[in-house]
Amino acid sequence: MAENLANVLHEQLSEGFPDTHRNNSGEGADRRRVVEGVDQELNGQPPSARPSQRLESEEDEDEELTLKYGAKHVIMLFVPVTLCMVVVVATIKSVSFYTQKDGQLIYTPFPEDTETVGQRALNSILNAAIMISVIIVMTLLLVVLYKYRCYKVIHGWLIISSLLLLFFFSFIYLGEVFKTYNVGMDYITLALIIWNFGVVGMICIHWKGPLHLQQAYLIMISALMALVFIKYLPEWTAWLILAVISIYDLVAVLCPKGPLRMLVETAQERNEPIFPALIYSSTMVWLVNMADTDAESRKKPALNSTTPESQAAPSQSTQGPDDGGFTTDWELRQQETLGHMESSEETRRQVQEMPSARPPAIQSDDSEEMSVSGGGGSGLFHSQRGKASDWNWDWNTTLACFVAILIGLCLTLLLLAIFKKALPALPISITFGLVFYFATDNLVRPFMDQLALHQFYI
Amino acid sequence: MTVAVFFGCSFIAFGPAFALFIFTIARDPLRVIILIAGAFFWLLSLLLSSLVWFIAMKASNDKDQQLQRGLLIFGVMFSVLLQEVFRFAYYKLLRKASEGLAALSEDERSPISVQQMAYVAGLGFGIMSGAFSMINILADSLGPGIVGIHGESQYYFLTSAFMTMAVTLLHTFWGVVFFDGCENRRWWVIAVVVALHLLVSGLTFLNPIYEGSLPPAYVILVSMAVWSFFSCGGSLQNIQQLLTCRKNDAGSEVAS
Repeated sequence: MAENLANVLHEQLSEGFPDTHRNNSGEGADRRRVVEGVDQELNGQPPSARPSQRLESEEDEDEELTLKYGAKHVIMLFVPVTLCMVVVVATIKSVSFYTQKDGQLIYTPFPEDTETVGQRALNSILNAAIMISVIIVMTLLLVVLYKYRCYKVIHGWLIISSLLLLFFFSFIYLGEVFKTYNVGMDYITLALIIWNFGVVGMICIHWKGPLHLQQAYLIMISALMALVFIKYLPEWTAWLILAVISIYDLVAVLCPKGPLRMLVETAQERNEPIFPALIYSSTMVWLVNMADTDAESRKKPALNSTTPESQAAPSQSTQGPDDGGFTTDWELRQQETLGHMESSEETRRQVQEMPSARPPAIQSDDSEEMSVSGGGGSGLFHSQRGKASDWNWDWNTTLACFVAILIGLCLTLLLLAIFKKALPALPISITFGLVFYFATDNLVRPFMDQLALHQFYI
Repeated sequence: MTVAVFFGCSFIAFGPAFALFIFTIARDPLRVIILIAGAFFWLLSLLLSSLVWFIAMKASNDKDQQLQRGLLIFGVMFSVLLQEVFRFAYYKLLRKASEGLAALSEDERSPISVQQMAYVAGLGFGIMSGAFSMINILADSLGPGIVGIHGESQYYFLTSAFMTMAVTLLHTFWGVVFFDGCENRRWWVIAVVVALHLLVSGLTFLNPIYEGSLPPAYVILVSMAVWSFFSCGGSLQNIQQLLTCRKNDAGSEVAS
């Protein structure tokens, strides 16, 4: 699914940003001319000095442009993350379906409503282990398919997964929203709506469409996947999966034998534009993609994660930052897809809202579970609470996780700019999100509650 | 406890900050990043101070109300001091970043000046502080309930909203003045900012006697506004030019 979107986005942006890349190439060309002009003036100097000067000035320009565009790309990541989170939080707060426990996926067969804490911990560890091994197997499968040039299989896989998301999940979502707001709807109208939504989505994602529409679809799809996960993954399993996914991401991208790295290297060896979908699946590759497709790149492909942004390079490379920014973010926001998560990439996309959107389920279970014996399902928990909001939801925790995740994104991009090589996008954000979630929930919440009680201000 | 209360209080509390964000920060990516990082630094300070308070609370007697209140007051004071420490730390970080940006740019000038960074950082602190103080209260105001049913003040939401607005704007002005003091090595300025912050927080201990906390906070707000305006280069001439819509070189500098 992610791959689909990435692919689409990539193609879309190749057409959607002609002016951007023209500007960039214009600037870059000017710079190059300036540099060459300077070099020509230094005729008196020994020839050896000039190449090094040229290299230095080029590097400086690149770095400066990197930082200038860096801020823009960070914002391009912020906006979709924020929007996706807003959608997920709004859905969680209004549509109760997504917080009801209606069973679990086959990937997580062990139940979490056990008698002892130890049993629960064990079950969640086992669930997480199963899920992670599924992810690893899928990643390897994908790498193998790519290595043996089974592009059709990959294409078909992507199309099926996006079909599932766009039609089936959105149908369920719409149904639940109608139920929540007690809207009467006939099947004919519903079929028309879903059909239009799905077909336009498929076109936008796999072919061409207006850029904003594409981005909107990506956000909606991320949110849908996130919601499915919130519904079907029990809490401790979810936390564990998040943590392990970020570790796996680190390993897969940085280790020499990591699957993602092998993927990228294979694509580089073949000297072909990396299958965009695959690229996006691996969190780092959007940058590497730029490097590869950038024929005029002055840097070696291995070096440049950020070069494309600073290059006065042909369209593809300069679009890289634009779509790359979005897709990386989008990946970051993605969660494992449900039925067709047979794609490992998906798994890489953890929804960032997950920590922040988690609170209701977690809080209700934690606080209520202890006090309510034999309660089952969040419906019972709701009735126990005496508050207006159904769960013991804390907006401060949501806000804290949101800020932490955004800062994690910033730091990741900063590291990318500093190291200029492929880096995993998830670990820092996920770590920050987890740390801040637990810290805010357990430490800050009682403090702020007491302050609000007495109306003290800090 | 009505939707009207919700919207009214949220606009009171966050209106100025939101307007400042939309008009001055939203268009520039660098400023947005500095804003979010400022919010993050405030969050860090809150985390550490609530950790300290939590430990103190757990180590003490739960039943003793006076002791708990005393611990809370200690927690507030410690949090204020820690916020200022983190503001200083953020200043140092921004200085370094600014030097880096200046070194890399063509004309050796950073794309954003220290005063702009001070304003954005202060606003980041203020928005986060206001949000943490107000958001849960706003969420509760949408649900059922009667304000002050046990004899407390009926104006809880309204006073919270006004106090939040004051605190948000105060953080902005303190940020400007604080960074200016650090830049020009005027340490008394920093001491005054810390003292004023302690004073404003301390005044809230008088709640629910709102006459003791809100008007003084607003007086301090107005004086801080005037001080920060003059400290970042404003003058009466600028105001005059603004009001008479005349453009000038000096005027456009302040506006940038």
